[in-house]
Amino acid sequence: MLAYVVRRVLYAIPILIGVNLITFLLFFVVNTPDDMARIQLGTRRVTAEAIEKWKAEQGYDKPYLWNSRAQGPDKITDTIFYDKSVRLFAFDFGAAEDGRNIANEIRMRMWPSLALALPVLLVGLAVNISFALLMAFFRATYLDFWGVVLCVAMMSVSTLFYIIGGQYVASKVWHLVPISGYAGGFDAARFLVLPVLIGVLGGIGSGGRWYRTLFLEEMSRDYVRTARAKGLAESAVLFRHVLKNAMIPILTGVVVVIPLLFMGSLLTESFFGIPGLGSYTIDAIQAQDFAVVRSMVFIGSVLYILGLLLTDLSYTLVDPRIKLQ
Amino acid sequence: MPFPLFTDVLLWLLIAAVAFYAWYCSRRSHLAAPWRRVFQSKAAMVCSVVLACFLAVGFLDSLHYRPPLEGGRGYSPEVLSVLDLALEPLRERRERTYSAPLATRLYSREQIQVEGKTVSDFPRLAHGGAHLEDESDKPRDIAARIGLGLLCAALAAVFLGLIVKRLRRWRPEVPWHAAGATLLIVSSIALPVAFLSQGYHVLGTDKVGQDVLYQALKSVRISLVIGTLTTLVLLPLGIALGIMAGYFRGWIDDVIQYLYTTLTSIPGVLLIAAAVLMMQVVIDRNADWFATAAQRADLRLLILCAILGLTSWTGLARLLRGEALKLSQLEYIQAAHAFGVADARILSRHILPNVAHIVIIAMVMDFSGLVLAEAVLSYVGVGVDPATTSFGTMINAARLEMGREPIVWWSLAAAFAFMFLLVLAANLFADAVRDGFDPRVRM
Repeated sequence: MLAYVVRRVLYAIPILIGVNLITFLLFFVVNTPDDMARIQLGTRRVTAEAIEKWKAEQGYDKPYLWNSRAQGPDKITDTIFYDKSVRLFAFDFGAAEDGRNIANEIRMRMWPSLALALPVLLVGLAVNISFALLMAFFRATYLDFWGVVLCVAMMSVSTLFYIIGGQYVASKVWHLVPISGYAGGFDAARFLVLPVLIGVLGGIGSGGRWYRTLFLEEMSRDYVRTARAKGLAESAVLFRHVLKNAMIPILTGVVVVIPLLFMGSLLTESFFGIPGLGSYTIDAIQAQDFAVVRSMVFIGSVLYILGLLLTDLSYTLVDPRIKLQ
Repeated sequence: MPFPLFTDVLLWLLIAAVAFYAWYCSRRSHLAAPWRRVFQSKAAMVCSVVLACFLAVGFLDSLHYRPPLEGGRGYSPEVLSVLDLALEPLRERRERTYSAPLATRLYSREQIQVEGKTVSDFPRLAHGGAHLEDESDKPRDIAARIGLGLLCAALAAVFLGLIVKRLRRWRPEVPWHAAGATLLIVSSIALPVAFLSQGYHVLGTDKVGQDVLYQALKSVRISLVIGTLTTLVLLPLGIALGIMAGYFRGWIDDVIQYLYTTLTSIPGVLLIAAAVLMMQVVIDRNADWFATAAQRADLRLLILCAILGLTSWTGLARLLRGEALKLSQLEYIQAAHAFGVADARILSRHILPNVAHIVIIAMVMDFSGLVLAEAVLSYVGVGVDPATTSFGTMINAARLEMGREPIVWWSLAAAFAFMFLLVLAANLFADAVRDGFDPRVRM
């Protein structure tokens, strides 16, 4: 087990290097350090010396990937890529272009993101499972049919409409909750109710339908036939046997997204003005702040790989037949 | 002068390819069988009629030309499509700013001259309802136009009934009446709208006074392009890498797996955003590549499709890898090995046809997701060119007006209705295709 985990962690390193290389190339193929300097310095003070000075200060005066003038291992280490990405592996993200420390910013913004994403996940899971169970219980009836139709219809509505419609109805027409904003501590609940509700609502379509398929697949197994043959009521079959076994794919499917909850949701956060990592990312994309985008990409990949690892481990926990080698 | 844009050419090539595939299938009963199963379901028939209507709009909008300048010298820099020609009244009749659906007056008060005095009132529209002498005639006029439209629809229904009867005798197993009924519903909405739009703005006008119905119809093409052309990039990558990884295994498998794990571990929107921002810098720097603004917007759209394809082939590749792993263990592949058949031939003759159903299912399933993704990407600011009308840009522009009292709802409602219909039809059609092709369903 431990050997497996260690090997998986080592395997993550080339992937993270690859991720860094891709983001690095994407940004620097066209956005040269000269351009960055010009954007940073503004239009007035741009002289060749000023640009050179800025590049030297920021460490952008080196070659990109391969320093042919350096000696030995410095050929690789004395480059922009090495300078800017090795520090990421120690979670040292440096400063954003407005001078703020990215790591501090992430530490602060992580919690609002989590406060939004965790309830969405938990409530959504409960709602989707109950809805799917209901459809599975009434399978092959009109209730099931219209349930599936409702799911497909809900899947066909863009997230943007859920957010805009929800904001309009709950905040503008009914004046129940503030339209956007955020507050620390327990005041946050007031601002989070609506985004959480909308997040859950937006997920019912695909989630409910997917879980229904899982339940139905499980219900065609032999042990279910046995349970029915020995005279168990349908509800007992469903809740005691099918639900438990269907939870294996459901829970292992959820585990992979748990680490990513910290990243927050791009759309919801920026619509509702929640100062989380999602809105941080969108702002950075729109301001073309490379340092922030690269840090977020790096964290996102680390969390994703962590999620994959946790998924593999959770398989062995819930299903003793699976052994990791 | 015809003026085909890149995406036009690709779209028409795609149509040709689909037509060739249909012809190829129709001559081989084992390939036609799953499609026959698909089209025996009523839902699939209804959805394919709806999708065909969207496709018709999209294709009319994909025949671009440059109108000749007056005086006969040269051509106008403005690129128009056949759809623009058909909707000329909608395109040309601009108001000054917002107006509600079927309104005769503007949405905001202005200083106007009435009998020599300046008063603040809602001025009459320049085009919407301008033919009315007296505004109180409006309900009667609207009712007359709707009635005329319905009358035409009823006439069409008679013809439809006759055609459906013929078709049912030809292929009785296909639910032609469902298709006929759908077509009837579509025409009894479209014909009255067509008559109304001669005199009114049926879905109102937006901030700069452009007809919202026209914008919604123009957006259809963008959605179709993104939903279909993306698969042109996605399919070759996904198929080639997926079955190669599963078939050859060893270091090839390792490299391909490394590639797609790396790509999937980058958060999707961030990867797309980074790629789109990069391409925007290239386009801005090389403004002289493009003779017209339409070409620039078109290239941006094409590159967006390519980026979406490059970032989303991983799911298909993973599916196909698993399937190819399974297939390569089977006896008939081992027999092929024993006969000394070359790897390339085994892949193309024996593996590829046996994973084709997965490819087709993935292709129709991806379509609706891509249409929805366009709206989100345009909101983030990394979608289509801001000057292009797409559902995303429509929503984005309308969102900013949510704070107005009374609310400007029609742009959002139009985008919602068109998108919902398109995506819903695509989703249901995809379900029917999956049911028809997936061998597990038939057990």
